[in-house]
Amino acid sequence: MISAFFIFNQKGEVLISRLFRTDFKRSIADVFRIQVVSNPDVRSPIITLGSTSFFHTRVNNLYVVAVTKSNANAALIFEFCYKFINIAKSYFGKVDEESVKNNFVVIYELIDEIVDFGYPQNSEIDTLKTYITTESVVSSAVAVEESSKITAQATGATSWRRGDVKYKKNEAFVDVIENVNLIMSAKGNVLRADVDGHIQMRAYLSGTPECKFGLNDKLVIDKSQGSGGDAVELDDCHFHQCVRLHEFDLTRTISFVPPDGEFELMRYRSTTNVKLPLRVLPTVTEIGTSQVSYAVTVKANFNSKLSATNVVLRIPTPLNTTNVECKVANGKAKYVPAENVIVWKIPRIQGGQECTLSANAELTSMTTRQVWARPPIDVDFQVLMFTSSGLIVRFLKVFEKSGYTSIKWVRYLTKASGTYQIRF
Amino acid sequence: MSVRGPRKGENYELSIDLNSEYRDKRKDAIKRVIAAMTVGKDVSGLFPDVLKNMQTEDLEQKKLVYLYLMNYAKTQPELVILAVNTFVKDTDDPNPLVRALAIRTMGCLRAEKIIDYLSDPLQKGLRDENPYVRKTAALCVAKLYSLKPELVIENGFLEQLHDMISDANPMVVANTVAALTDIHMTATSQLSSSSAGPVPEGEGIFVISPAILSKLLIALNECSEWGRVAILNALARYEAQGEKESDHICERVVPQFQHANGGVVLAAVKVIMIHIRGVQRPELIKSLIKKMAPPLVTLLSSPPEVQWVALRNINLLLQKRPDILQSEMRVFFCKYNDPLYVKVEKLDIMVRLAGENNVEALLSELKEYSSEVDVDFVRKSIKAIGQTAVKIDSAAERCVNVLLELINTRVSYVVQEAVVVMKDIFRKYPSTYEGVIPTLCSNLDELDEPEAKASLIWIIGEYANKIDNADELLGIFVDSFTEESYPVQLQTLTAVVKLFLKKPDSSQGVVQRVLNTATKDCDSPDVRDRAYIYWRLLSSDPASAKAVVLADRPPISIPQTTVAPALLEKLLGEISSLASVYHKPEETFVGKGRVGADSVQRGPTGLSDAQRALQTVAQGQQAENLLDLDSDEVSGDTTSLGGGLSSGLAAMEITPAAKNIISGTSSNPLDDLVSIFGNSTPAMSSNVSSPVQQSQSSQFGGMGGFGDLGLSPTAPKPAGNASSPQQQQGQEEDLLGLF
Repeated sequence: MISAFFIFNQKGEVLISRLFRTDFKRSIADVFRIQVVSNPDVRSPIITLGSTSFFHTRVNNLYVVAVTKSNANAALIFEFCYKFINIAKSYFGKVDEESVKNNFVVIYELIDEIVDFGYPQNSEIDTLKTYITTESVVSSAVAVEESSKITAQATGATSWRRGDVKYKKNEAFVDVIENVNLIMSAKGNVLRADVDGHIQMRAYLSGTPECKFGLNDKLVIDKSQGSGGDAVELDDCHFHQCVRLHEFDLTRTISFVPPDGEFELMRYRSTTNVKLPLRVLPTVTEIGTSQVSYAVTVKANFNSKLSATNVVLRIPTPLNTTNVECKVANGKAKYVPAENVIVWKIPRIQGGQECTLSANAELTSMTTRQVWARPPIDVDFQVLMFTSSGLIVRFLKVFEKSGYTSIKWVRYLTKASGTYQIRF
Repeated sequence: MSVRGPRKGENYELSIDLNSEYRDKRKDAIKRVIAAMTVGKDVSGLFPDVLKNMQTEDLEQKKLVYLYLMNYAKTQPELVILAVNTFVKDTDDPNPLVRALAIRTMGCLRAEKIIDYLSDPLQKGLRDENPYVRKTAALCVAKLYSLKPELVIENGFLEQLHDMISDANPMVVANTVAALTDIHMTATSQLSSSSAGPVPEGEGIFVISPAILSKLLIALNECSEWGRVAILNALARYEAQGEKESDHICERVVPQFQHANGGVVLAAVKVIMIHIRGVQRPELIKSLIKKMAPPLVTLLSSPPEVQWVALRNINLLLQKRPDILQSEMRVFFCKYNDPLYVKVEKLDIMVRLAGENNVEALLSELKEYSSEVDVDFVRKSIKAIGQTAVKIDSAAERCVNVLLELINTRVSYVVQEAVVVMKDIFRKYPSTYEGVIPTLCSNLDELDEPEAKASLIWIIGEYANKIDNADELLGIFVDSFTEESYPVQLQTLTAVVKLFLKKPDSSQGVVQRVLNTATKDCDSPDVRDRAYIYWRLLSSDPASAKAVVLADRPPISIPQTTVAPALLEKLLGEISSLASVYHKPEETFVGKGRVGADSVQRGPTGLSDAQRALQTVAQGQQAENLLDLDSDEVSGDTTSLGGGLSSGLAAMEITPAAKNIISGTSSNPLDDLVSIFGNSTPAMSSNVSSPVQQSQSSQFGGMGGFGDLGLSPTAPKPAGNASSPQQQQGQEEDLLGLF
């Protein structure tokens, strides 16, 4: 369990501090400042000093820190820290020093609600928002009834949903979002290609709707079994807590009562038959010790009706680069000395299209010749209505007592940011 | 009202505002007080003023005042009494949120006086019709227990909690379980720490019976993510009655693998790893293990910190069940932008998963990593190449080729690490890759780290008869002998003696020179003593010198486990806890069990858990370094003989010198083990070192024991006492500098 919770700014000043147990004094925060914030050599997210363990995560130059003296569940504590960051994001828009300082009252209220005696409690954003608000709540006779509903929701079997939701138009939006991980070797072999997908749902449905969800998936537990048909093999999937895991385990159906509003219905992972939307062919040659020439081609490997947008290639240059001349037919390319990369931005690539960059980097001579590490080329992009895994939503059925009809929308998006790496 | 403190300053202004007639102004002042409190300013003087604002309809303001109270109640116990009335009144409020808030806050006040008033409201809270209040009250019992256990027992709260396990609301069940577990832990730790004194009837406060089990299994599927973790933790403590029950628990827990929260997934893994011990049906075991792999891999797309925790645990799981992720090595490939701690852990796991079928991919990855920027990571990658070579015979040649390519980059730290690794490969495959030696020797000038130097010298000494200019090469080190670090000196000494035994004609001069320098000009007793032994051996009986110095070395291999089997089982039962992240028993870093050096040595419970655990840590640490330890005994008996003798003698006869070494730096691996624990170092290291010392003595026969005896009286205090053998051990390992 968590004994204390802190938020520090980059300088190590305490922005939020909350002790849950008697085993610490406030001064424990100074220990963290001295040992972690002002120590550049810290390389582990958990620091144990004596019998005190500090778990820290960083977000926008803030340290979110949980402290414990016991043999605590490390995964739980980090998940909790991230949960807190998510809650704060959804409350304040962003999590940085300013927003924490401006909202410290609400943050204390939130912490008080989501942790008790070091044990995380209800952390469903939807529920929290019903009774912890940025405006003040007055406890009056009218509020009592409302509170009873809230408490029922906060502790109930469906803690994520209140019973009295009403919409004129019943709609459900399903976004299938896939993140492609790629590591391609210099020889053009795919070393690792897999998809981290998640299905984001926005449900605006009245009452307590019972949903059933179907994909063209088949979960492979035993990889030796042959595959057939167009079914997509999912290596693993994880569900929002509203999904009945036991039922999924037995019958493979995804059935649930959705929370109201936006939530992540499921996360999945697929490693077979991953379609790579963009193919990058780099030719980088070091000419003597004073020049490096680049020829980088990007090919869009999908249906010509679709297009990749916001394509950004980050092509590393040696550390002693002085100047880079770039020539591109599409988009804009610029050398960014601070990061030692050529940033090539292409707003849109149509399916089947090919774009090429040629560049020449001039290097200064160095006294000690050091081999250039050649970090990989990194590609960020988005492709709408395309899934790398080939996953398709087959159906989404909504059943409710009142028997209303509902409209469902499905969108697909494949993207990469920082995970699509091509070595050269 | 009485006037306190100076009539100016921030606190004075706040005090005026807190007493303002306008509600907004008062509320704003409270906020400012809380802000000041957060940054650490002392605003305890405002206690009475803040307290006045407690009775309000405004929930937010109430919470703020409560927050203030929680902070300062301890320092102002007399004044807290004033708040009691409001609290008690609040626990009767029609609004359940207010009732719960009051109970929650009262439990956090930690003031003796208010606790006595807590019992009645708590009694009501536990029976409240609203589940939100009940779940808050359940945890409050645990709070009360940590302050005044007698009160909990007198009021029968424990029985009430037991009844509440059957509550209809899953959140209440989860919190009840959390509270009971908490109380159970507190009680048992008190029990073990104070054998005397009044112990509450704590033994097994929360024993999970089969009846409770079924209730927990039902609640598991319905409660919140955090509640699931609490319940899974309780399930982990249950002792299954027979095979059927183990099967049942596993089947019920497996669906939790699909939960989005990594904490839940790992907690479920823990329960399975415990209860799988009772499962007999091989097909069920197989399917459980199969189902475990995908969620573990998925955890790798979590945020880096969660990833790291998962990786550390996967590392443990692989030690128990190496087949679990056999086909999944690719997902452990490092991304360029992974944090270092994640990369290092992935490396370790990749080597673990290496097999004939994937070694090609692994090697090309490792080669790639060896050109990255971070020096630490590059070194670890190169080390991993060496481990792969030692692990997979058929891949050794490819590994050697990769190493050669790396040596040709001429990047200093790459070359040095590669040389160190090559030494291990020579240990494993003697006389196989001799063609590499010229390349290694040509990089002699590049080496400036003791470990790399010592490794190369060892290689030269080992293959002295195959290297034409071995005497020349070793001559370089003999010339600079006094400037080298001790490990290099020791290694040079041994290598020259080997050279002499192999090629007596050409190297008489060198050996004379090195023995002379080592005995006369060297200030390390270890080096000196070893030189004396060699000298005497050579002068009295060259034949037995040969038998000793050129004896065959035991083969090396990569240990499959880095922790002792008993400890591994224990840690698998604590998956996802800090202990499993550190791969060390919790006694080594958690308050109560973290015993000082003395208590372990003369503790009445000779075989306390802590002590046993510490021994296992030491063993584990040894196993981890098995490769290196073995290579320490470069020339078999000689080294151990020489080393044992020298350290023993040194400490006995030349105490000042020994102290010198002690105060000097050491690249002792135990330091690595301990460094992570920061200020606990003295206690830890001394504990850990004793078993190591034991193993050392057994290794050296009587000699080690001699050293041990000789040391104890010279040491000023217990910590020093323990640290000297440790230091010796450090010397022992540094001897050949093969770390």
